Amino acid sequence: MTEYSFLICLLPLFAFVMIVFFLRWKERVSAGFSIGMILISWVMSVVVLFETFGREIAYEAGYTFIDLPNFILEIGILIDPLTAVMLVVVTTVGACVEIYSVGYMDGDPLFSRFFAYLSLFLFSMLGLVLANNFFMIFIFWELVGLTSYLLIGFWFEKKSAADACKKAFLTTRIGDLGFLVGLFIIGVFIGTFNYQDVFQRVTEGVAAGWLAPGVVTTAAILVFCGAVGKSAQFPLHVWLPDAMEGPTPVSALIHAATMVAAGVYLVARSMHLFAASADASMVVAVIGIITSVLAATIAITQRDIKRILAYSTVSQLGYMIMALGLYGYDTALGHHSPGFYAGTFHLMNHAFFKGLLFLAAGSVIHAVHTNDIFEMGGLLGKMKKTGYAFLIASLSIAGIFPLSGFWSKDEIVASTHGHPVFMILTLLVAFMTAFYMWRLCFVTFFGKPRDQQRFDHAHESPNVMTYPLIFLAILSICAGWVGLPWLSHGFASFAYHGEAYHPHANWVLMGISTVVAVSGIVLAYLMYYKGSISPEKMAARFKTLHKLSYNKWYFDEIYDIILLKPIMALGRFMWTFDVKVIDGLVNGVAWFTILWADIKEWFDTWIIDGAVNGAGWVVCQGARIGRLLQTGSVQFYALFIMAVSVLFTVLKIDLVTGGSIFSGAAIWIIIGVAALSLLSRLVPKSDREVESEE
Amino acid sequence: MLLSSLIFVPLIGMLIVMMLPKDKHGLIRWTALSVSFIPMLTSFWLTWDYFFHHSGTAAMAYVEGPFNWIPSLNIQYYLGVDGISVPMLFLTGLLSTLSLLVSFGIKDRVKEYFAFFLLLETGMMGVFVALDFFLFYVFWEVMLVPMYFLIGVWGGPRKEYAAIKFFLYTLFGSIFMLVAILIVYFTSEPHSLNMIALLDHGPTMSHNLQLICFVFFFIAFAIKVPVWPFHTWLPDAHVEAPTAVSVILAGVLLKMGTYAMLRISWPMFPSALREFSFWIAVLGVIGIIYGALVSMAQKDLKKLVAYSSVSHMGFCMLALAAYSSVTAMSGVMFQMVSHGLITGALFVLVGVLYDRAHTREIAVFGGLGSKLPVYTGIMVMFSMAALGLPGMSGFVSEFMIFVGSFSALNKVLVSISVLGVVLGAAYMLRMVQNVFLGEFNVARWGGLTDINLREIISVAPLAILTLAIGIYPKPLSDLMSATLQHLVNLMAR
Repeated sequence: MTEYSFLICLLPLFAFVMIVFFLRWKERVSAGFSIGMILISWVMSVVVLFETFGREIAYEAGYTFIDLPNFILEIGILIDPLTAVMLVVVTTVGACVEIYSVGYMDGDPLFSRFFAYLSLFLFSMLGLVLANNFFMIFIFWELVGLTSYLLIGFWFEKKSAADACKKAFLTTRIGDLGFLVGLFIIGVFIGTFNYQDVFQRVTEGVAAGWLAPGVVTTAAILVFCGAVGKSAQFPLHVWLPDAMEGPTPVSALIHAATMVAAGVYLVARSMHLFAASADASMVVAVIGIITSVLAATIAITQRDIKRILAYSTVSQLGYMIMALGLYGYDTALGHHSPGFYAGTFHLMNHAFFKGLLFLAAGSVIHAVHTNDIFEMGGLLGKMKKTGYAFLIASLSIAGIFPLSGFWSKDEIVASTHGHPVFMILTLLVAFMTAFYMWRLCFVTFFGKPRDQQRFDHAHESPNVMTYPLIFLAILSICAGWVGLPWLSHGFASFAYHGEAYHPHANWVLMGISTVVAVSGIVLAYLMYYKGSISPEKMAARFKTLHKLSYNKWYFDEIYDIILLKPIMALGRFMWTFDVKVIDGLVNGVAWFTILWADIKEWFDTWIIDGAVNGAGWVVCQGARIGRLLQTGSVQFYALFIMAVSVLFTVLKIDLVTGGSIFSGAAIWIIIGVAALSLLSRLVPKSDREVESEE
Repeated sequence: MLLSSLIFVPLIGMLIVMMLPKDKHGLIRWTALSVSFIPMLTSFWLTWDYFFHHSGTAAMAYVEGPFNWIPSLNIQYYLGVDGISVPMLFLTGLLSTLSLLVSFGIKDRVKEYFAFFLLLETGMMGVFVALDFFLFYVFWEVMLVPMYFLIGVWGGPRKEYAAIKFFLYTLFGSIFMLVAILIVYFTSEPHSLNMIALLDHGPTMSHNLQLICFVFFFIAFAIKVPVWPFHTWLPDAHVEAPTAVSVILAGVLLKMGTYAMLRISWPMFPSALREFSFWIAVLGVIGIIYGALVSMAQKDLKKLVAYSSVSHMGFCMLALAAYSSVTAMSGVMFQMVSHGLITGALFVLVGVLYDRAHTREIAVFGGLGSKLPVYTGIMVMFSMAALGLPGMSGFVSEFMIFVGSFSALNKVLVSISVLGVVLGAAYMLRMVQNVFLGEFNVARWGGLTDINLREIISVAPLAILTLAIGIYPKPLSDLMSATLQHLVNLMAR
């Protein structure tokens, strides 16, 4: 079956294509087809998991995507225990969610489309899990982001949903930016994207010295950036709570159980990089614990049932990331650590109980049509199956023996061994987790109804919704048993990094963590069930803290001020710059050219042409004057000759020797005569003169 | 004959269209469309045949000539194609036909419109097959004329301004190209305009002369690409041009700039290239970031797509600067093809909406997703492709560009350019949100109809190719890898 495991991811894609092109007009058929495909995938995944038990060497197959000199990309699958476990987790939760959605989305006008998107998501997620190289995981990484975008914005006519899907896509993409640069470093310095080749070359390269440890650290941290975005780690955690605007099954599948776990999976998958760099691992661990504490402090004051769960998810993901980071750190320094096993084990358990919590919350919302837990109350009586399933999951996440959450959380606490600060904070988060989960339980399911109308309206959901809950509730109890510390071939010796880890029961630790969890639940009981400690008074006493927590530490507002607004302003500024300066320059050149042309035209018209015309005008005017002498009247000619002769005689002008003929007086006389004749011509105008003018 | 037919069939088609009666609009449209099928199918066959028979070597294939054309000046009729021109011919053939299909909505002066369009196709095909500088220059200029009229006559409100700006801007660049060609011509002995033979002449020129020629060619080609800061003709031309012309402009014309760089100035003046490569990369990065930021501030849908072109072509420039990497050069080619497909489709789609709503202002829409589901689906798909979503061609090209230039160029610079990926997502998603998501204004847009079959047919091939290249890019990279390797060797001289 393993050879056909590529079908596990292609079957949902087939469902997507079929629904979009052929089945979307028939809602039930679409849903049925989609569910059928994921069930086949699920069966295949389980078979693959069992086949993986006995195999020592991972299965790998693929084809070449791009083949250039020194640059080869491939698309392929890698089946090892980690993959096999993830496949089962994703298909299990996926199948439950799809079945549940038949009830939840009933009557939605876009029913078929919902199943198409879910199938596309499952294809992407399974592809991400199956990938055998960094390039391919990035492809599916982004596709998962796309489907998440489509599904968060599924009810796109709601403004909040439209905002949330954009926010989710962009925020995760900021993380992906780092991931992408990390890929370039891997591709350029290590020379391949294939996981196993990369890991082998990292080991060899660092040992042989041709690969600087700084490069590995940088690559690891950058790859981790991708995980920070996708797994909603600090400081990119802001998108996940808003993502709850999507339909609840989506929150369960994508934003609780699978996609957000992809970041944890990525860190686990590239553990070799982290294990080669203590610095990078420490960054991972620190980010993980910061996220975990931060989200837990926010979760304790929220009112929206889905947002509480969302912050809880962020917090739990921080747990896993921290465990993996500490594992990498310890391994890099040559110590043993259960961190890898703890992180991946918790990843699996968390998928089941958090998926269940969301689906159950969806069932509650379906019944009471509100998200505000303080409008609910006493619902356990009316919604038995949903209620008990929710309580089981809450016990599991709080870490109560012997539910699955207990075993994995214990290992996470165990992985902080040797790091006291981490240990204290981890226990603090465990306490807060128990508290806020049970605050939620007590307010929602116990006590008196706060809103009678909503309470009266409430009813248990149909079987198609409750059966998946029951199935997941069983898993929330039992799934953790595969990792019991007494098993010699349990989870720890199956999915491991480096050498198989053999956990041993640590009674002290179990005791401490149980005490912490129980005290959290007891505090919630006292505050929200018994009422012996008033939550209002607590809020008033720690006013600043309460406000910070309730307003999510103002992250959205801060980002808005320091990032979004400046970038938009920069965009507008650039545009103005474009229009005014660059285009201004272009238009300025054009304007200048036109101005220059105008000047030249003026120059042409008035100076050059003016000179030409002026010369003509002067000649014309001269001729006009000269012409006056040509009267054709014999008397005039005689008079003229006589006048000139007299003149010459009077002035004693010697025609032969010249002399001062052109003295001023002579000219004046000639002009005078000419003027005289002109005057005489002005009065009578004979026909003959007109002719001569022509 | 094959390559000549690519040039002359549209030209003959133009003559036929001109002889048709003026008011038989249907006849004119169908004639033009059918004529354009011939070069399209030829270019398809050419791609197919090249892939199977010639892609292994870098030598020019289907060579015609060199025939003496003007012997006294040693001007020749010389055509040929290799791995970088074949994809461009494919794109030109396909987009020309699709644009003609899109142009069926043109009502005014139909005959002239289609005649000009076919002439445009001649020019574009010519540029991609010419191997003689004179011929190349002629086609480069021939294309300007129909473009000028297509924008200036059938364009939007500011069409005259846009047309003149486009024409003068490009012509301004062409002058530099002409000077550079003349320098190369007169320094070669015997004087030659043979682009292939001159590849060996270029590096023998004096260093300063190489620098001058390189810069002159660069100005001419950069205006066409357009490289920041020579880009401002582009938004105006795009916004004012009719839909089909925008498609050609974005899909083919911009690529002529990058194609010419790869074909001419890059391999011909390697030492100048070495000197300038850092600054070319800087211009590329500025283009990427700047184009994306400006896109984000746009209110007009078409202008947004236009500025996104500036950003996307910035990726090409970045990779072109990484001349020593075959990966980067493949990235350039992939980006050219992919940008042609995606942006071409986006322009068609914007046109579809404009035809119905008679406005392109982003802010007036909202919630169209519920009223126009098919249109929304296609538009969202291409928006995702434009922002570089894996599974589509844009991602493959960007990835290759980044990896290639990361290995060859300043790593900080390339890391900055990666920001363009997030900004690209930001402006595309902002557009999608404002147009398609949110509340639907029934009163105003209740009458809008979904995309029709003709329009679907005109984007479907683009969608299929975008996906095909995204899912299996190997055939395309195989098609050109030998040529690119050869070019990289030339550039490394």
